Amino acid sequence: MGTELAKAVVDGVLTGGVYALMAAGLTLIFGVMEIINIAQGIMVVLGAYLSYTLQVHAGIDPFVGLLITIPVMFLIGVVIEWGFIRRLASRDRTALSILVTFAVAIIIEGILTQFYSADLHTLDAWYVERSIHVAGFYLPYIYVFGFGLAVVLLGALYLFIYRSRTGYSIRASMQNRTGAQLIGIDIDRVAAVTFGIGAAATAVGGMVYGATNTFNPDSGYDLISRLLVIVVLGGLGSIGGALVAAVVTLVIEDVTAVLWSPVWSSTVFFGVLVLVLLVRPSGLFGARAVRAQ
Amino acid sequence: MTVADAPVAQQAPDDRGTDPLSAPGFRLARRSVVVLALLCAVGFPFVFTNPATTSIAFFTLLYAAAASAWNLFSGYSGYMALGNAVFYGSGAYFMADVTTHLNERGGTMIFAWVPAAGLFAGLVAVPVGWLALRTRRHTFVVVTIAIFFIFQLLAYNLQSVTHGSAGIELPLPPWTAATYNDPFYAAALVVAVIAVIASWAVRRSHFGLQLLAIRDDEDRARGLGVRTGRVKLTAFVLSGVITGMCGAIYAYYLGSVYPPFAFEAIFDLTVALMAFLGGLGTVAGPVVGALLLEPLQQYLTLQFTAAGLSLILFGALFLAVIGFLPQGIVPSLGQLLRRLLRWRRTAASGPEATR
Repeated sequence: MGTELAKAVVDGVLTGGVYALMAAGLTLIFGVMEIINIAQGIMVVLGAYLSYTLQVHAGIDPFVGLLITIPVMFLIGVVIEWGFIRRLASRDRTALSILVTFAVAIIIEGILTQFYSADLHTLDAWYVERSIHVAGFYLPYIYVFGFGLAVVLLGALYLFIYRSRTGYSIRASMQNRTGAQLIGIDIDRVAAVTFGIGAAATAVGGMVYGATNTFNPDSGYDLISRLLVIVVLGGLGSIGGALVAAVVTLVIEDVTAVLWSPVWSSTVFFGVLVLVLLVRPSGLFGARAVRAQ
Repeated sequence: MTVADAPVAQQAPDDRGTDPLSAPGFRLARRSVVVLALLCAVGFPFVFTNPATTSIAFFTLLYAAAASAWNLFSGYSGYMALGNAVFYGSGAYFMADVTTHLNERGGTMIFAWVPAAGLFAGLVAVPVGWLALRTRRHTFVVVTIAIFFIFQLLAYNLQSVTHGSAGIELPLPPWTAATYNDPFYAAALVVAVIAVIASWAVRRSHFGLQLLAIRDDEDRARGLGVRTGRVKLTAFVLSGVITGMCGAIYAYYLGSVYPPFAFEAIFDLTVALMAFLGGLGTVAGPVVGALLLEPLQQYLTLQFTAAGLSLILFGALFLAVIGFLPQGIVPSLGQLLRRLLRWRRTAASGPEATR
């Protein structure tokens, strides 16, 4: 039992890292644009299908394939922002964005169903089947590689946001949209780049998700519900909060599966949100509301 | 219904003087339209007897009721709830559980349980609303989605109540295939009328004004003495009761309930889309939206049997509605009529008379 529990914690941390990356994209988009991207879940699935297609039809290893899928997803993100988000009226922007991105998600789901049918797929490679033996645990290589990649990319994201010029613009827009505009920041460009980064994160998340789970176009719903819980728990707009929330919730889920039953682990995952909101309505790290609106 | 059809926040600043649409003639015209629509709805199954047609009509009325219920809370208060399927599913499972446990015989008497199912859904709505409404507006949307998924998972996992994915069979209705839809149509019509009357009454009441004040500026409303928490929760529960009644009728119509049908993510979205299309925060809007969208959606699913294509079309339609009619049909029509009337009055009495 003890080792099982420890294994559950390790598994939770490793998968949590990958969820953290996907959630970071979502919360970054909210922080900059006050937009909740419901399509984030189906974009992860889209990323998984892209990796799958490259592997099956071109024989490209999923990790190498990221060199193609990341730019592709970035472009898709920019196009979605330009095509649908930018045109939204400023009144009820957040509410409208939820409906619009939900519609985009449905369209992507439809396209995927049309091309790949509703059959379950999974990514296959040597690192999916083989495990590494560390400190008494057998961990599939993909968990370790995926976690490592997520950590590296989160670090890169951190450097980009805190050390680069575009990053300064992004943070300025997060703090005060109008103010940023007044000092000459091209808000539209920042929004497009942010949405692109959020989408690019799903390329990586999708690849690891596709290698560790079976997926079909329907998987987007499960993913987005989890990502939303993580993002709200961490406090909307807080990247650090999303990281902590991702790891905590996935560890809790995995531990529940061992201690109680796998059937209830997902319910507990959502239950954590309810409990936290009872105590802190603005999430773990969310800023307190200045105005209730 | 005069005030009801002009969203307060969107009234143009140049709306000086009286609204031309509240003239006695228009009030009469509006009343006749309502009576005429009701007569059409009552007469429909006598004229169209094809079960395929009456089935579409049944769903249209059911969604008109559900969309009105959604609008009653979300349209008036501005808090977007994307988890109304929680109440739809709760009503459906209540109906299935009660009728099977009491060994009810199928028949018209089953419908007597519909109000009870609504009350049960309302009971569910109290803690759900209390929890979700603690959060800010943006978080609220996400929390309602999360709560929806909790309920869907519970439906799969609470085997003793829901029988999991095996589902529950309801008592078999005794009606023949040719007239099978008619009792359900009648029940849906009753609930739809209740929903419209409820949203009309709320819109005219002091309570409705408080909801609108919350939509426009919640902090100011609180400052002026509106007990915002209580007002929001009351509207949320009321919306849940009506949605629960719709779910109960739906369960009996299907003959069985399964988690993915009772707790359906598309339902959350469809009711919101209908209200948006017709006009958010108006009484007639959700009904108009349902009248247009539900038959169209049923037609699309019949025409394009490929699941992918109907999803793409639904999504594209959704985008088109938000892109081209962000205000909705009813407010847009109202504005058009107003402009037309003002233009006619100006033309009749010369440009000076407008002042």
